[in-house]
Amino acid sequence: MARLTLPTDEATIRSLRVGDFVELSGRVITGRDAAHHWLVQAFRENVAPYLKDSVIYHVGPVVRKNPDGSYSFVAAGPTTSAREEPYQADVIGMYGVRGVIGKGGMGPKTLEGLKKHGAVYFHAIGGAAQVLAQCVKRVETVFMLEEFGVPEALWVIEVEDFPVVVTMDAHGNSLHKEVEAKSQQKLAALLQA
Amino acid sequence: MRPFLTTLSRPGRTQSWRKGVQSLLEGLKVWQESELVETFTAIIARASTQLPPDVLEALRKAREQEEPGSLAQKALDTILRNVELAGGNWQPICQDTGTPLVWIHHPVGVSTRMLTRAFTEAVKQATARQLLRPNAVDPLTEKNTGNGAAPGIPTVHCEEWDEPALEVRLMLKGGGCENVGAQYSLPNAALGADRNLEGVRRCVLDAVHKAQGQGCAPGILGVCFGGDRGSGYVESKRQLLRRLDDRNPIPELAALEERLLREANELGIGPMGFGGKTTILGVKIGYLGRLPASYFVSVSYMCWANRRAAARVDQKGGITWLD
Repeated sequence: MARLTLPTDEATIRSLRVGDFVELSGRVITGRDAAHHWLVQAFRENVAPYLKDSVIYHVGPVVRKNPDGSYSFVAAGPTTSAREEPYQADVIGMYGVRGVIGKGGMGPKTLEGLKKHGAVYFHAIGGAAQVLAQCVKRVETVFMLEEFGVPEALWVIEVEDFPVVVTMDAHGNSLHKEVEAKSQQKLAALLQA
Repeated sequence: MRPFLTTLSRPGRTQSWRKGVQSLLEGLKVWQESELVETFTAIIARASTQLPPDVLEALRKAREQEEPGSLAQKALDTILRNVELAGGNWQPICQDTGTPLVWIHHPVGVSTRMLTRAFTEAVKQATARQLLRPNAVDPLTEKNTGNGAAPGIPTVHCEEWDEPALEVRLMLKGGGCENVGAQYSLPNAALGADRNLEGVRRCVLDAVHKAQGQGCAPGILGVCFGGDRGSGYVESKRQLLRRLDDRNPIPELAALEERLLREANELGIGPMGFGGKTTILGVKIGYLGRLPASYFVSVSYMCWANRRAAARVDQKGGITWLD
């Protein structure tokens, strides 16, 4: 299993291929539906430095506020990425994001964006909220908590050995595209019968 | 009056009219709202953190069937480790703690408004304790309500029955899998689906293909044919309360469930959509009456984290966990 430290650079990301197991360590920023919409509406100066050369994680965590005012992630598996398809390529381009962590894969617009800007899609295991929350070592800061609420806020977190699989790479390959095409063929055969 | 009162009687005992009234009054006294809030919170805690044994067993079997070292097997390894961690620490299996959907059977005379209020309060308390995520958003203001409750959330179905106890069956249904649910109006020319069980089969296979890995495969399918667009979906969800290893009492539906389980897995979508042998863990089919004009097939997809909990609550508040 390869290890990857965040933030990273374009050459490292372009060396990854579909099927690679990677453990991520370093800074990650979370963002899902409201965040993606917000990020493309205007260039957000305050968040931009955290996105540059780092990875955006599609997650709506369960978060505990500790007595000292800090936060801890209680449960944090990936959410379905497909909903960010209209925005993802633009977010990657605008902010220089090097990767996306999510589940279920994304479509052709994102695949094209990954290729153009040098980024990859990391698939985490959906529903593995405890395994993945244990990899979140610290919450650095949070943006838009009041406006978006806990699940939709942009949490800046530090992760350690966060396990993912590359399912869409920066060379136009997508495991999701392959699996869908094969299952389409199989479906046609089953419906013929 | 008599038939109404006798529904309160315990089986095997004849009661006088006077005793019936007494029993009715007692019935109204049991199940204080505040106690029920506690009981319901315990049921929510169990559903959110402890995966039912039949689902765990199905996931273990699936892991054995996948190719050693494959992405599919690795995904199932992580899933199994996660189930163990969540269960041991009583922490949510998945951060998307879903829509709480609950079916409560209650004796005559119990206020369904009280039951709904108590369950909603339990959702709020479970949310405050991080057993649930604040999971309710007002779609008009776009604000998260912060406490897990909003109009329609939780969804509480109350139904009267003759037993002297409450039966509570809860499901936490995540948004990812809810989004890949599908409803078909038959006939459907594109699928070659006519108004019969073969048509139902075609719709279900199409829904599984369309969902790919996005509903957190390997999933479980709840299916209803008939009904209207609303009732069809509700019944398809109610089917998901069934144990994976049960058998449909209607032979042709049992056969269709088995066939669809086999065929859905032939699609090769696999855990998380990584490709593999396990796409679906179970298929559960029910039906409702329909109008001559309508023939709906409603498919609800439940993620592998099939979080169910069921309990019987006796008049003293004692909880017996059910499968």
